[in-house]
Amino acid sequence: MLADVWTIVWKEWKELLAASSGFRGGRLGVLIFVGVFGVFLPLQSGRAWVDSPIGLLYWAWVPLFLVNSVIADSFAGERERRTLETLLASRLSDRAILLGKMAAAVSYGWGLSLVGIVLGLITVNVTSADGTLLLYPPGIGLGIALLSLLTSCLVAGAGVLISLRAATVRQAAQTVSIAVMLLLFVPIFGLQALPLELRINLAKIAMGIETTQAVLAASGILAVLDVALFLAASSRFQRAKLILS
Amino acid sequence: MTTLAVHTENLSRHFGSVTAVDDMSLEVPRGIVFGFLGPNGAGKTTTIRLLLGLLEPTSGKAEVLGYDALRQASDVRLRSGALLEHNGLYERLTAEDNLDFYGRVWRMSSSTRRERIRQLLTHLELWERRKEAVGTWSRGMKQKLAVARALLHRPQVVFLDEPTAGLDPVAAAALRDDLAGLVTREGVTVFLTTHNLAEAERLCSQVGVIRQGKLLAVGHPDELRARSGSPRAEIVGRGFGERVLEMLRTRPEVASAEVQNGRLVIDLRGDVEVAPLVSLIVGAGGQVEEVRKGKASLEEAFLTLMGTEEE
Repeated sequence: MLADVWTIVWKEWKELLAASSGFRGGRLGVLIFVGVFGVFLPLQSGRAWVDSPIGLLYWAWVPLFLVNSVIADSFAGERERRTLETLLASRLSDRAILLGKMAAAVSYGWGLSLVGIVLGLITVNVTSADGTLLLYPPGIGLGIALLSLLTSCLVAGAGVLISLRAATVRQAAQTVSIAVMLLLFVPIFGLQALPLELRINLAKIAMGIETTQAVLAASGILAVLDVALFLAASSRFQRAKLILS
Repeated sequence: MTTLAVHTENLSRHFGSVTAVDDMSLEVPRGIVFGFLGPNGAGKTTTIRLLLGLLEPTSGKAEVLGYDALRQASDVRLRSGALLEHNGLYERLTAEDNLDFYGRVWRMSSSTRRERIRQLLTHLELWERRKEAVGTWSRGMKQKLAVARALLHRPQVVFLDEPTAGLDPVAAAALRDDLAGLVTREGVTVFLTTHNLAEAERLCSQVGVIRQGKLLAVGHPDELRARSGSPRAEIVGRGFGERVLEMLRTRPEVASAEVQNGRLVIDLRGDVEVAPLVSLIVGAGGQVEEVRKGKASLEEAFLTLMGTEEE
């Protein structure tokens, strides 16, 4: 099973690299990402880049946009390029194909995020360090790694569900983007819509929660959502339906 | 071990009110090239999908190499290769990467994979271009590569869905030659769908004819030709006017006589001698250059079957 998942990941990465071989084809996007999150923002923030818990929010948010484009292509792309039926006629199990597609998208989103995190640390140490090595506090560092992984999985799960049904890659990408936007803006606007008194009370509760507790709570919720989305995608993955759609 | 590569019993598949495969019972022995003939929309592709376990039958059952295509679909797919309706190649990847991926899918070791890819691509004269992205290739080259992919893991049975469809005659002939060579070398059972009857006649030792989901006939191409009617004589020459035709039509051994593309075609009643008829033609003013006597072509047999069914 793991070997089969790895085989799909290998193929997805090969395609990803082949698709982004041109400057405009994807390398530009990666360079912009690395430039903004690995150099520009750390340069602007200075020491606060590693000291402030706001990094948790940054790195939980960033993979959403990185995974989005890759996962939208997963099944819709195979269908559009007429390679899906041959893949389904192979010996690979449903679960191996599904997990492979998701793992490829997560490895891309999470991997690039980790590159951004490391580059950001280098930037901060080069420009703002006073002789001591600047690192994230262990709780925040682990939280960043964990939350960015879980949000990558979240978009991969939602995206694969959408891509399984979408007629085209464009349709899948648009729907996944809308889902990501909703995921971001519904909580923000939802909170603002609450009565002032309730918001103050919520803020007080939030202030009272330690960073570690918040990370654990968010991780727990995200993990549950990730599992639920994967199970939903598994149940939707039916060879006959995919071939006839 | 079963001696059958494919076995179906009353296999049916409906899509709403449309019957794609209708009560099909078929047996294909191992080690042969089986041609599945039928016009577009006859149910050929659906049959392959049912055999590979990609679709569930509405009723009946299908077995491939003794494995139930529905309940043991993974066992069927493990031992099968397929070139389906579309070539299924990843156009952004190189030819080598396409084969390497499917070699990994079939868990071939790295060294076996390399050796097999070299062997197949060399045989198909694609080795020199293995590093090129497949998207830049001609359709004929892509089809060849897709055939190589289907045979890569040395499957026991290969399903080829119209492998020469859309190719120009030269490319189609080249692919047929390659296919014939590979099949002979590999000793694999081939289940080939086509509506190219010349292709079937050339490659297949057994054919089945399907129309509107119904299997109309199965057998060796010679058997099908024999079934389509009695022998015929084809005469090349000049002067086959109405007088000659009328005279021939009065003969008891002649079922019909007509001029087709400048040739005189005489359908005979039974295995009769042609020489007396040639004498009569010459006597009536016809000039005979060449006389051929034989059975109807597979194409004629096919058209006869289609016509019979329509009636």
